Amino acid sequence: MISIRGLTKSFRGAPVLREIDLDIEDGEKVVVIGPSGTGKSTLLRSLNFLDVPDAGQITVGDLTIDAARASKSEILALRRRTGFVFQNYALFANKTAKENIMEALVTVQKRPRAEAEERALSVLRETGLAEKADSYPAALSGGQQQRVGIGRAMALGADVLLFDEPTSALDPEWVGEVLDLMRRVAEKSQTMIIVTHEMQFAREIADRIVFMDGGKIVESGPPRQIFDAPRDDRLKRFLKRVSREEQSG
Amino acid sequence: MRALDFDYMLGLVPVILSYVPITLAMAVASMVLALILASFLAVERVIKVPVLDNLVVLFISFFRGTPLLVQLFLFYFGLPQLLPALANINGVTAAIMGLTLHFAAYMAESIRAAIAGVDRSQWEAAQSIGMTQVQMMRRIILPQATRIAAPTLVNYFIDMIKGTSLAFTLGVTEMMGAAQKEAAGSFLYFEAFLVVAVIYWVMVEALSQVQGRLETRLNKAFAR
Repeated sequence: MISIRGLTKSFRGAPVLREIDLDIEDGEKVVVIGPSGTGKSTLLRSLNFLDVPDAGQITVGDLTIDAARASKSEILALRRRTGFVFQNYALFANKTAKENIMEALVTVQKRPRAEAEERALSVLRETGLAEKADSYPAALSGGQQQRVGIGRAMALGADVLLFDEPTSALDPEWVGEVLDLMRRVAEKSQTMIIVTHEMQFAREIADRIVFMDGGKIVESGPPRQIFDAPRDDRLKRFLKRVSREEQSG
Repeated sequence: MRALDFDYMLGLVPVILSYVPITLAMAVASMVLALILASFLAVERVIKVPVLDNLVVLFISFFRGTPLLVQLFLFYFGLPQLLPALANINGVTAAIMGLTLHFAAYMAESIRAAIAGVDRSQWEAAQSIGMTQVQMMRRIILPQATRIAAPTLVNYFIDMIKGTSLAFTLGVTEMMGAAQKEAAGSFLYFEAFLVVAVIYWVMVEALSQVQGRLETRLNKAFAR
């Protein structure tokens, strides 16, 4: 279970997160939506301490850390419980697809190489990229790179996977294969927090939708409630704008 | 104008070539030591340890800001007067010391720039999987920085090979010192120094070939 209390963050005096509270059950899929610049990515990055929150508490499983006083070892422990999937894939450029997945297992988790390699190959089979095991990222398409990126996060055995707009940087032709892989990950009762602009996908995969605006959670609930019976005016406006864009796009 | 004495030059080639090993030994030893020192200096410049950082900045500033010849004289003639323990320092040791410190200062700056040139996403990805600072540097950042810095570092190595010629001012008989001695005996200065110049040139050209192959290998991961 994940529990966030009073999470607060400013960039150069401008508040980005204002006392966020959020609880997430094991195996729950939460999709965070909202206008650009409302702190969705910052919330996700705070859970992995890529952005350092100013205040608040984060609990993942049996680990609770106080953001304002987090020690180095607590930060490492938190990162090892949260897998992160980047918008720009961020695969290690000097390592092959297989090595990208093995890296955390060997260097961080200190598992034997043979075991790590076996695990990496099985993850690559799951992502449909077994034949690309020895390819470097530069030789892979955007969709393939992102599937390796998801594989790298999956292999950690993390309590929760965090997806930061995983399809936003992709050419439209590669979006489908990445969303398909995320659906397969979701079927394994993996806890997931996803920031995305793919509304159809959100409706389909989410147990709960969280709508953020101005650094706050404005409204949250099951997809049907959020999309078909929104209450807050900001959410209504946002959904109207998004559906217009989807029709025109 | 007199004609060049080709027979003399041909006869001189094997004499000068027999000093290639000492020249190369000084260059390689200095390069290895300078690379190690420069990597530490560069990483320090990136993570900035208080106080130590000021010392590193001062070190780099001094060894980049003064001529190599002056530094060699300081080590060989100057230091032994200050520190009696160094009274027996030989020319080769002093030359290696000087070349190491001088080039480490330059190389530290290019390695630092190369580290800074590694894409931010690589740092974040390494952090996201829970790597420590040391693991991140060793496994992800330095290997990629090496590729960025390689052409510049090879250039410094070329400079270093040529820089070993200054060791003759410390009484070391390497290629340049041998040419100087030969010329002093025969008075054929032009011939002697032309031979040594061509031999340096051929060495550096051979190294440029190696450089091409090294860069192809380092770029392997980045080829489409």
